[in-house]
Amino acid sequence: MAKDSSETKVKKDRRGFGEKYAAAPTPVKVVAVTLLLVLVYALPLLRPPILTTNSIDFGTVMFRVIAFALVALGLNIVIGYAGLLDLGYVGFYAIGAYTTAVLTVYHYSWPFFLALPAAIVVTMISGVLLGAPTLRVRGDYLAIVTLGFGEIIRITVQNVEWVGASAGIKDIPHPTGIGAKPNPPFDQGGLFQVPRLQWDGFVPIVDLEHKTSFLAFGSRDAVPYYWLILTFLLLILIGDRMIKASRVGRAWEATREDEDAAELMGVPTFKYKLMAFALGAAIGGMSGSFYASSQAGYINPQSFPLLLSMLFVATVVVGGSGNRWGAIAGGALVAYLPERFRDFADYRLLAFGLALTVLAVWRPEGLFPPRRTRRAKAAEAEIDALEEGTENEEVTHA
Amino acid sequence: MPDTTPDTTPDTTLGAKKGRTVLRLTNATLRFGGLTALNDVSFEINEGEIFGLIGPNGAGKTTCFNAMTGVYALTSGTIEFEGNDLAGRKRHKITKLGMARTFQNIRLFKSMTALENVMVGADVHSKVSFFEALFRLPRHRTTEAEALERARELLNLVGIEGRHDELAANLSYGDQRRLEIARAMATKPTLLCLDEPAAGFNPAEKQRLMDLIRKLRDRGVTVLLIEHDMRLVMGVTDRIVVLEFGRKIAEGTPAEIRDNPAVIAAYLGVEEEDAS
Ligand SMILES: Nc1ncnc2c1ncn2[C@@H]1O[C@H](COP(=O)(O)OP(=O)(O)OP(=O)(O)O)[C@@H](O)[C@H]1O
Ligand SMILES: [Mg+2]
Repeated sequence: MAKDSSETKVKKDRRGFGEKYAAAPTPVKVVAVTLLLVLVYALPLLRPPILTTNSIDFGTVMFRVIAFALVALGLNIVIGYAGLLDLGYVGFYAIGAYTTAVLTVYHYSWPFFLALPAAIVVTMISGVLLGAPTLRVRGDYLAIVTLGFGEIIRITVQNVEWVGASAGIKDIPHPTGIGAKPNPPFDQGGLFQVPRLQWDGFVPIVDLEHKTSFLAFGSRDAVPYYWLILTFLLLILIGDRMIKASRVGRAWEATREDEDAAELMGVPTFKYKLMAFALGAAIGGMSGSFYASSQAGYINPQSFPLLLSMLFVATVVVGGSGNRWGAIAGGALVAYLPERFRDFADYRLLAFGLALTVLAVWRPEGLFPPRRTRRAKAAEAEIDALEEGTENEEVTHA
Repeated sequence: MPDTTPDTTPDTTLGAKKGRTVLRLTNATLRFGGLTALNDVSFEINEGEIFGLIGPNGAGKTTCFNAMTGVYALTSGTIEFEGNDLAGRKRHKITKLGMARTFQNIRLFKSMTALENVMVGADVHSKVSFFEALFRLPRHRTTEAEALERARELLNLVGIEGRHDELAANLSYGDQRRLEIARAMATKPTLLCLDEPAAGFNPAEKQRLMDLIRKLRDRGVTVLLIEHDMRLVMGVTDRIVVLEFGRKIAEGTPAEIRDNPAVIAAYLGVEEEDAS
């Protein structure tokens, strides 16, 4: 419950903040954004009390948080922008992960940064292959086909020796870093070491023992992975913003709103739906690729259960379908909450489920609904108020 | 090609001289199972005309629009638009060829602003690729700026000033109807098809709509108008085709149609006689 009230605060800040930000002079914007970026990058080193998980490495949690945010951002294009209910997103995540595993260790020995674009291309192609026949039909059909797709991918890798079958693929190499190579167990490599903070209650102490190396990827420290995936998240975020505010974004929105009317206004709706589907797939594949080569360096078919697809959809819905910041927040929460509640061991999922239920009742449009939902609601409330004095608008959403 | 420069002052010279055939229906027949919604209908619309399509409820007027814009395929017969046979063409391609329409039951993109709705129409002729948009290359910038200017100009033209950034769903009923016209106009049509644009309008609004339709024609757009209000139809159109039960029962100038016994019979008791 304490969680919820802090969430409310974040939300209120955001809304006021968005408007203030737009009105602020450029230098103020630059400073604000820079500070925010530094803060976000340094988060796993600052290890703020309360936020920091104690029973599991905070850096690892933060990596997972960003990985989920990345997935949510990709799926938001498909579900939120284009209105296509994709229930098999884990399939693309798996394809990205397996492509990376196969290329870097299992059959070839490509470096990670070559395997990553390859994984993106492969998932994008698989998105086109799955989307081309299914996106022509409307509605629920897509949900069913994609649901099947997710399972087919998992069952296929489970049974195909070429991709390791049920044993999976291990020893997936870490990405190449910058600076000296790490020489375990003591030499971390990299160019320089960054210390992190340790908190004694609310008093920060510089922890000189656990340092993070810039920039070596290894099994000891998840923070460099966090930096890497965060960088990609930010790039995707910028791209998302550019595309959304262009003819492509308009075509998606129009198609989602009224496919026939869009088509009659000259929008090649199939092309744009396929584009959204393939882009979403590519971003899912990218996230899967990071997952495969992260710390553990091990994947198997059990890493990609159907449940993961549902969690991915939850990230978008929780955040507020159609809003990129909502998707990121949703992804972050869905990844973070179970880790935070790890202390409750067996009740972890229950607590998570409860949190989702509370959210569904309290904010049915998600944490940060897109502008359209907010504005439509405001207008609705206005009309209600005009018509009946002070009508309770919550009733209409029950 | 229609006049595409976004001039704000209304152009009173005829944008195109009459004569060239823009649309030709030849023996158009469309059946829904046992129901023949269009029965051997033929007519031609010439460039620069304001052409009326009238008839009692269920006569097949909207079906005619749907057949023209590619929503339904004809059972037999042909529709030619500027010399192109439309059979088998995709709906968005027909729009790109220069045919735009509005809907009898308003179908705006409700969660988008008025301006964005019009921009969607303007995007039809955009050549901006995904990557040009992603990297904000010059073509994206110039195309976007042009579309924006055009969209604003059209919104003002149809009479939606000051509400450009309002969500379509939040606009008044009349504004929504006018927004549909602006959105259709943004596709730079040769032929603009309006399906009962004055439905639910008061006399003053109807008058303004007539002025708007004339203004659009003066910009070089040929207009095809479905309308139940006889005063409006008779007042604004150059020629009229009358449908009844999917058949063409009359064609002619407003004066000819008004005195046509078959038309009077079709409308008997249904529509008041607005002899003006
Ligand atoms: N998709 C469809 N399937 C079956 N019948 C249809 C379909 N669309 C239209 N019809 C029928 O075709 C006939 C003509 O309908 P249409 O909508 O074209 O009439 P209209 O002239 O536009 O009438 P109104 O003035 O009421 O708008 C009607 O009998 C209608 O029920
Ligand atoms: Mg009709």
